[in-house]
Amino acid sequence: MTAFLTEVGIPFLWIVAHGAAILVGLLIFLAFALYMDRKVWAAVQMRRGPNVVGPFGLLQSVADFLKFLFKEPIIPDGANKVVFLLAPLITFTLSLGAWAVVPLAEGWALADINLGILYLFALTSLGVYGIIMGGWASNSKYAFLGALRSAAQMVSYEVSIGFIIVCVLLAAGSLNLSAIVMAQKDMWFIFPLFPAFVLFFISALAETNRPPFDLPEAESELVAGFMVEYSSTPYLLFMIGELAAAILMCAMATTLFLGGWLPPLDIAPFNWLPGFFWFFLKTLFIFFLFAMVKAIVPRYRYDQLMRLGWKVFLPLSLLMVALTASALIILRGGA
Amino acid sequence: MASWIGTIFEKLRAFLLLDFIRGFLLGMRYFFRKKATLDYPFERGALSSRFRGEHALRRYPNGEERCIACKLCEAVCPAQAITIEAGPAQADGTRRATRYDIDMLKCIYCGLCQEACPVDAIVEGPNLAYAAESREELIYDKEKLLANGDRWEEALADNLKKEAPYR
Repeated sequence: MTAFLTEVGIPFLWIVAHGAAILVGLLIFLAFALYMDRKVWAAVQMRRGPNVVGPFGLLQSVADFLKFLFKEPIIPDGANKVVFLLAPLITFTLSLGAWAVVPLAEGWALADINLGILYLFALTSLGVYGIIMGGWASNSKYAFLGALRSAAQMVSYEVSIGFIIVCVLLAAGSLNLSAIVMAQKDMWFIFPLFPAFVLFFISALAETNRPPFDLPEAESELVAGFMVEYSSTPYLLFMIGELAAAILMCAMATTLFLGGWLPPLDIAPFNWLPGFFWFFLKTLFIFFLFAMVKAIVPRYRYDQLMRLGWKVFLPLSLLMVALTASALIILRGGA
Repeated sequence: MASWIGTIFEKLRAFLLLDFIRGFLLGMRYFFRKKATLDYPFERGALSSRFRGEHALRRYPNGEERCIACKLCEAVCPAQAITIEAGPAQADGTRRATRYDIDMLKCIYCGLCQEACPVDAIVEGPNLAYAAESREELIYDKEKLLANGDRWEEALADNLKKEAPYR
């Protein structure tokens, strides 16, 4: 019994504690990321953004959070209650669950599994189920339309994201995220694979329903798309899930192209800082770009979105795979 | 000039995302610009001396009411928001209003009442934040208007002085 406790119990507790630490840290980070998003957006439009709650409005997200918690959740007549309430849970859980494999620093990943990148890809793809279920269970044509748009959009851009990931995999020679980061020790993948990075960035925007591809919730046409019937905590879960997915994409871009936790140069002033700091900084930078794109690019029309996904991104990402593979054969000699 | 050259440049511009890079740089320029927004409750925009806000009835420096119940304001008011009842002539031969009501919900803040007033009694002051929770509170009587006049006298007199050359 004691052997069981020490061999299984303590590692189990350790994993739970590790997971809880990542979860809490991530949720706190999400609150401030949302604040940053709004502040950047405001600054570009010469507004002040949230500045009333707490110093510089830093506690705005907390206030919003509490407001959502205390509101009354309304379940529409004719809605499928179980699916209606399950949908936000799925979105939320999947987007947080994906963080288990992200290497925040050397050896910091909760599960350093060999197929890490495949796991990430699978979970981000599953996110679309929450949206479809939410839109369908609402028993509302607007929610349903939003869900349809969203499903088509996410499926389209997953394809190109998949091919771009293949490029990185070819270059790194591993599906383990930590190994991918370590493969960038000499040169970050953003330099040889810059076009792939751009494709990934834009596809990530579409995949996470961020502007300019926020068609599922397009405020001006669909009110809130698939979320139109949601209120209170379920809505909050959807919002957190979406934001977590967006930040996850930032973290993925950091891991795949920007060398994860590695400092920009492995010399004195840079490598004094711990790896987590660099990872955090890079993710924040990508998220800043996300926020800037939201501020400067107008929303795409639906047919433009589809044309871009299938007629531009798919061939381009396929071409990138072919180019990367050929370059690797030529450089490393022999198939 | 062959049109295909233009087409090539157009495609190149699209593929190199030049428009987006320019947009990003423009966005960054605006990012560091001075904010156009005021921090409202703590920071307020300038009000003209001709600003037409909440009404007030003024007094002479000796404390006597200016209003002589001539009813010119009542007559000119396009929204018919003013109701005046005049009292009998006093010992010195002047009249005073016994009732002076303004329905702030009817008022359109045109400023004709203050223009019509021969003695600068009814004026529209700089106060713009006087929302109330009930309709009754927004039907101002003479007492309320006089209290407003006492409260804002300094600003009202200042505004009248500034506008004097143009009247």
